[in-house]
Amino acid sequence: MEYKNVLTTCIYCGCGCGLYLEVLDGEIVGVIPAKEHPVNQGRLCIKGWNAADFIYHPDRLKTPLIRKNGELVEATWDEALSLVAERLGTIKAESGPNSLAFLSSAKCTNEENYLLQKLARAVFKTNNVDHCARL
Amino acid sequence: MAGRDPLMEELRAHVAAKLQELDGVIGLRRTAEGTAPYLFQKGDDLSQLEIDPRYPLAPVVSLLQKRYPEARFGIVARGCDARALVEMAKREQVDPDRLYLLGVACTAEEAEECHCADPAPDPAPWPQAEVIGTSVGGVSPNPIVADYEGMSLKERREFWQQQLLKCIKCYGCRNICPECFCEACALEDKVWVEPGVLAPPFPMFHLIRAMHMSGRCVACRQCELTCPAHIPLTVLYDLIRRDVESLLGYVPGAAISVAPPLSLTLDEAPLLVEVIAH
Repeated sequence: MEYKNVLTTCIYCGCGCGLYLEVLDGEIVGVIPAKEHPVNQGRLCIKGWNAADFIYHPDRLKTPLIRKNGELVEATWDEALSLVAERLGTIKAESGPNSLAFLSSAKCTNEENYLLQKLARAVFKTNNVDHCARL
Repeated sequence: MAGRDPLMEELRAHVAAKLQELDGVIGLRRTAEGTAPYLFQKGDDLSQLEIDPRYPLAPVVSLLQKRYPEARFGIVARGCDARALVEMAKREQVDPDRLYLLGVACTAEEAEECHCADPAPDPAPWPQAEVIGTSVGGVSPNPIVADYEGMSLKERREFWQQQLLKCIKCYGCRNICPECFCEACALEDKVWVEPGVLAPPFPMFHLIRAMHMSGRCVACRQCELTCPAHIPLTVLYDLIRRDVESLLGYVPGAAISVAPPLSLTLDEAPLLVEVIAH
């Protein structure tokens, strides 16, 4: 028998509201806004209130998918990352760096966004870096 | 809160004693992450037990009692938690026979902050209960209510129109409310509330909820505290509670044995005053 609340940060936008995941016997059963959190002070928007809904959703992707013969097939991370690196390298060699663009996300941390633009600029030599909010 | 130290020591001693006989005590736990609801069990570090800030704890009782139908839990409850539990018990969301109510009276400052008419838990409705701390009397009502009553009908409409226009339809007022436990909610039914419309249609969205809260709202103020749009929801619910009391003689949270008037016919719960249709 265990009931506790685990503090986390809402994954839906760049505000970074604090919320608790209610955990009953190891299963997430609800969301409670964190009252002491400096950003949201006990308040959430509708996304935050539903921030845990995808966790046990049957459609949730748990592994990368690679399209093989027109069909998406489950793959390992090593397989997927190798394929992406290989294809990006090929495209850059064939069509030049500006044939590539890198789109980042408000769901990521500042540090992750920094790394993505670093990858784009320093490794692939392109300034085509943008953000999911403009998609 | 430094002035609270002796009371917190007393509370921790009572919880420690009760943990010898109960399966757990629901309260707030402070860790490095912050403070949140928690089920304390035998052997837990009770120096982490806290009573601030206020989180609704009654829904946690309901959740745990339903998951563990044989278990006996305790709860560290403020007055509003205890009233919420009364309304949940009469709607079969909480089993009073399997609950030990460890009530804590709010301080005068806390009562003032909430404009709380009833800042100490009442042990009377509960088979097993005790209350620690000094009960302070209720304080003056929310001044916005008096201002509101001075307004004309037109001004009142404008007041609510301005306030409710701010609504971002987060459903936080419903989600945090200890009395909102229906599995199917009218506010998610597209017959009543058209999806994807902001601000929600005035005044139906908020009046549907207000109607459903009549005879239920125990003035815990959690809805107002969690509203990102700072809508003074307690004004709306203060007025509704007052109408329910004057028309039907019903005070939510007072006694488990008294049936909620909106679940009775007018023969069973007649109106106390004559209502004239205008």
